[in-house]
Amino acid sequence: MSSTEARIEPELDQDPVAPRPSRRAGRLVLLAVGAFAFVFPFYYMFIGSLQTDADTGIGGAVPRPGNVTGSNYSAINDAVDLFGSLKNSAIITIGVLLCTIFFGLLAGYAMAVLHFRGRGATFASVLLVQTIPFQLLMIPLYVLLVRDYGMGDSYLGMILPFAISPAAVFIFRQFFLQLPRELFDAARIDGAGEFTILRRIAVPLARPAILTATLLTFIGPWNEFLWPFLITKKADMQPLAVSLANYLSNLQSSVSNPFGSVMAGACVLAAPVIGLFIVFQRHFTSSDLGSGVKG
Amino acid sequence: MAITAGAPGFDVSGSGVGSFDPASARKRERIPLRQRLAGYLFVSPWVIFFFGIFAYPLGFAVWMSFYDYFFAAPGAKVDRPFVGFDNYWDALTDEKVREAFKNIVVFLVINVPLTVILAIALATALNAAIPFRAFFRTAFYLPYVTASVATIGVWLWLFSGNGLVNKLLGPLAPDPTWLINERLAMPSIAIYVTWKQLGFYILLYLAALQNVQKELYEAASVDGAGKWDAFRNVTWPGVRPATTLVVVLAIITGSNLFTEPYLLTGGGGPNGASSSPVLIMYQRGIQQGDAGAAAAIGVILVLFVGTVGLIARRVSEGSS
Repeated sequence: MSSTEARIEPELDQDPVAPRPSRRAGRLVLLAVGAFAFVFPFYYMFIGSLQTDADTGIGGAVPRPGNVTGSNYSAINDAVDLFGSLKNSAIITIGVLLCTIFFGLLAGYAMAVLHFRGRGATFASVLLVQTIPFQLLMIPLYVLLVRDYGMGDSYLGMILPFAISPAAVFIFRQFFLQLPRELFDAARIDGAGEFTILRRIAVPLARPAILTATLLTFIGPWNEFLWPFLITKKADMQPLAVSLANYLSNLQSSVSNPFGSVMAGACVLAAPVIGLFIVFQRHFTSSDLGSGVKG
Repeated sequence: MAITAGAPGFDVSGSGVGSFDPASARKRERIPLRQRLAGYLFVSPWVIFFFGIFAYPLGFAVWMSFYDYFFAAPGAKVDRPFVGFDNYWDALTDEKVREAFKNIVVFLVINVPLTVILAIALATALNAAIPFRAFFRTAFYLPYVTASVATIGVWLWLFSGNGLVNKLLGPLAPDPTWLINERLAMPSIAIYVTWKQLGFYILLYLAALQNVQKELYEAASVDGAGKWDAFRNVTWPGVRPATTLVVVLAIITGSNLFTEPYLLTGGGGPNGASSSPVLIMYQRGIQQGDAGAAAAIGVILVLFVGTVGLIARRVSEGSS
């Protein structure tokens, strides 16, 4: 129930509701069953990507030395040009990250620290954008960006709808609000301009917020399927999520192990994000994320 | 950490300014022009983004839904007449659109309660002092951070006709199998999405659990309350705002399904049994070029989500 309860466990030996070993075991069993359900598909994805012949039996969940191969990775590479797709995914993701960090810091700083008319309204617009799902904008954005401005099959067209993540603006604003106002006033008296204050004082302090915002923003464009799927017709402009989905939706029997090659592609798509989140997992905590979405 | 290290150093100069407080307070009433200009300049990229990518397209969608707006060859001058509520009438009387909304209701009835129950159970267990806490937490948000396309690939394989799940079930395996079975396709998608999103909701509940006062548990245990009583009388009311948020977010996410029916059930199959409003918007608006009709379905969807969300909020805030 609570960590306090567990921490004071020794003193409460005689208390009837002090945690009993059985309760603690029950909790662990619940978590272990949950963790198995969450992790097993990822394990199965990796095992499946290494199988020469797809083994869907129960034994297939354990690697068998005779059935291990790297050929699924070369099969998916032949089918969708893994390297080119990864390059497209990286360009889109980095473009979104650069815009979000640069413009997001500017906006977050202005909304938290600077005084100007309409500041409240700009912050309200950040909250509003977070409540409307992208799907509802897909038809008008498609008409505007693809039909009217000819941005189909371009990196700019794929980046633009996600250019400034409202969640990141929100995180930056909340962070700058916590900094003492005297910090900025002192620099102003010394004659520093606002951009200098932002760059020299606010940004160096905001490193933890920048890291959280980067992690949170990264998964958006890297995993995004719908929008790049709508606006790319040329295979060589598609990010990996789209080219893998296209491969998945018309699985050909031309490859000897179609599921194996899908699993190999899925591993390549999932690995960068999973790696990032395992390395930085302590920065992706409930409090960081909670502040980003609570609105 | 940078804050705690940096702040005391600056604090000295801060308190120095503090002694001139009356003067600076008077100055603050008239905001310096430089600061105002910097404010407008800094916030302008966001404001342009907001109007260009959000507000204008949203208004454009509503406008489009009242016109016979279709795609024409670039440069061609075409007549797109005002048609009033025709697009709405067509959408509401269309069997396929109604089925898509019905599917969403089936989805929400399964997904929302399952999400709330599992998220709160796992978050409560995770909130205690237990070994491998970091491992469990990471494990739980793995599906949330991974691309849908990748996880859908594995689920397709696990739930295929002779996949691992059916092998384990043996004679109990459904026929036709999960995703191509008219009655099981939508529930399967609901379970997949619950699995995919749960980590995020667990994090929300973990944040909410930090705010539940520890004294209340002690008081409950002094009163001789059992584990279940303490949960029902202390935890559940304590996290109610989080429950409201989880329910509303799950409704918004669930009503906007696209990738799952498109990939998991091959375009809303079998026979439209797992189609969704957004999938139909894609088919009408982009594949068939009838953007006006698609925009009308979009507006109906917004109204649907808004209504269901408000009802859910009422129920969740009102019930005790």
